[in-house]
Amino acid sequence: MSQNDVIIKVEHLSKSFGDKTVLDDINLEIKRGEFVTLLGPSGCGKTTMLRFIAGFNTADEGKIIMEGKDITDVPPFKRPLNTVFQRYALFPHLDVYDNIAFGLKLNKVPEEEIDKRVMKVLKLVSMSDYEDRDVESLSGGQQQRVAIARALINQPKVLLLDEPLAALDLKMRKDMQIELKEMHKKLGITFIYVTHDQEEALTLSDTIVVMNEGKIQQIGTPTDIYNEPVNAFVADFIGESNILKGRMIRDRRVAFIKHEFDCVDEGFGEDVKVDVVVRPEDIYFTTDPAKCQFKAKVNSCIFKGVHYEMWVDTDTGYELMIQDYDPYPVGSEVMLYIDPDDIQVMKKEREANTYAAKVTGEGEVEFLGTTFACDTTGFEEGDEVVATIRFEKVDLLDYEEEADTTGNVVFILYMGNHYHLTVKTESGENIWVDTNDIWDKGDFVGIKILPEDIRLSKPAAGNE
Amino acid sequence: MNKRSSWALPYFIFMVLFVVLPLLLIVFYSLQDGSGHFTLANIGKFFTDKDALSTFALSIEVAIENTFICILLGYPAAYILADKRLNRSAVTVVLFILPMWINALMRTLATAELFNMAGIALGKGTLLFGMAYDYLPFMIYPIYNVLNKMDKSYSEAAQDLGATPGQVFRKVTLPLSMPGIMSGVMMVFMPTVSTFAISEFLTNNKIKLFGTIIQENINNSMWNYGAALSLVMLLIIGITTFLQGGEAQEEATGGLI
Repeated sequence: MSQNDVIIKVEHLSKSFGDKTVLDDINLEIKRGEFVTLLGPSGCGKTTMLRFIAGFNTADEGKIIMEGKDITDVPPFKRPLNTVFQRYALFPHLDVYDNIAFGLKLNKVPEEEIDKRVMKVLKLVSMSDYEDRDVESLSGGQQQRVAIARALINQPKVLLLDEPLAALDLKMRKDMQIELKEMHKKLGITFIYVTHDQEEALTLSDTIVVMNEGKIQQIGTPTDIYNEPVNAFVADFIGESNILKGRMIRDRRVAFIKHEFDCVDEGFGEDVKVDVVVRPEDIYFTTDPAKCQFKAKVNSCIFKGVHYEMWVDTDTGYELMIQDYDPYPVGSEVMLYIDPDDIQVMKKEREANTYAAKVTGEGEVEFLGTTFACDTTGFEEGDEVVATIRFEKVDLLDYEEEADTTGNVVFILYMGNHYHLTVKTESGENIWVDTNDIWDKGDFVGIKILPEDIRLSKPAAGNE
Repeated sequence: MNKRSSWALPYFIFMVLFVVLPLLLIVFYSLQDGSGHFTLANIGKFFTDKDALSTFALSIEVAIENTFICILLGYPAAYILADKRLNRSAVTVVLFILPMWINALMRTLATAELFNMAGIALGKGTLLFGMAYDYLPFMIYPIYNVLNKMDKSYSEAAQDLGATPGQVFRKVTLPLSMPGIMSGVMMVFMPTVSTFAISEFLTNNKIKLFGTIIQENINNSMWNYGAALSLVMLLIIGITTFLQGGEAQEEATGGLI
């Protein structure tokens, strides 16, 4: 891709509000004419990033380059881009016409031309004849259209859209999605779109940027992101999926749910722990024993409109979600297989919790902002060590009294036979927990680790 | 429901005794002559009384001037208070409201003493100073309230569309803060017309305002004429309130105190 094709480049963008890191060293290139979606759960930093591009947020660090020019310090009113705000932000003291003409009037464009352009853009958003209406008398969808018209009339090179459809009802949202896509095609300008709705992102975008906790998780086309998620977060966030612990036996051979499967992934090494994603529509029923890879029992079957959603218990004790056009009765024994192509193997982000810790006394070690009892044989007070705790050795309690520290459940992943939770502790660090107990996102939990489950080791050379 | 509505009874009695009844008394007295016969002479007298008319005109003039001074000083103050970048603490807001906690009469007396000490002659200048000092918080607060609650995305949208900070203020912030300004104007203009204490202390009665002559008439037992003048003033206030009815509606969101 030639440098000319890049319209916006974000370099090393970081931003914190107080203690909270909202954006963590973001790098991104956006191509001219692309429909790019920043996708992620609320609080992932996507809106902050959009506001940085628009010029409303200043960054702690980082640059933004537009068409080769550094515009980091250019105020918003001089940037050649326009924004459609989440709650529209139409001026309540002006009517539809004056709202749309606002930018042109500031630029002293002649009346006649303003007239012509307002009418043209009103037609583009299918709002002709509404020019004299009071903006507050319009419905949500109509206000949305006016907001889009107001941004487009200035002929920006880039249009920023901050969850523009979030306030509309489902039907209206679907219609507007199609219209936005058509507008994008017709105008040929770059759209940068922020949403938390994965389906919307898949429908609209040329490129999706999946974000979480201030970091870009994956950049790719909708099909890439859906078919080849790079980690468990992306797999879970985009569409439905079965995410499972697995082990790469060798190239193109992976074990999970206590069965072995052929796959197409290579280069992980031999006997390496991995995560495996299988989409529910990629698990097939068969009646041919030769094709069958594993057996299962159907334990629920729900009609979802186009397909049936079934949960099955495998013969090895795992629960999987399957989507199929044909229903299978609850309680029936079924034979299943998965195509090698449909197994997505991902590198494990971590195999256990590890923390930089400090021995604070005999049998005492400090990490996660608190002190834990553990065996410190072989270490002396003041030693810098690494504390390792296996995921399943962390106990979560629903009371604080006996807990070592507390935290909030921020992310839950069902792994077929247990839950993998991300818990943000009081100290702001994450601890990952494997458990069979059911917790909800946002739950306040006590965290307890038994002394014998904390393993200390010397920090690897080169690490701090 | 009936039980609940009986809770309103004390307030109802209070309103009747201290609001409705006095108002009726004013009307009643203003339409009587000294011996208790119905007459319109008192009201007629005002429109032929050159002194009263010129005092009235002066009162309106002073009130307008004071209101303008309060807007000029109060708007920037409210703007700064409402801007999170310029003012990070709620304490500053309290500091601006603080003078209201002290009795207005004491503040006025103290101000007069300060002028005496400084050797500044009392006159219209000192009068306007005292009035602005007394009424400024009433202008700041409603404007602050409106600005504080104003959705930031309006000014961001304006910037986004190419408005410089000055244009954002003129085309968006100022028009959207009009309800606050109108509310402030009502809270400053009307009490200023009827005030008499400030002019008494800060001009040594050199400048008489409409409130002053009402007070003089009543002090001199001219109940009927005093009541007639009060009625005239009430009508003026009533009419201005009515004319501002549209804005006063929005003021509900602007909020007074």
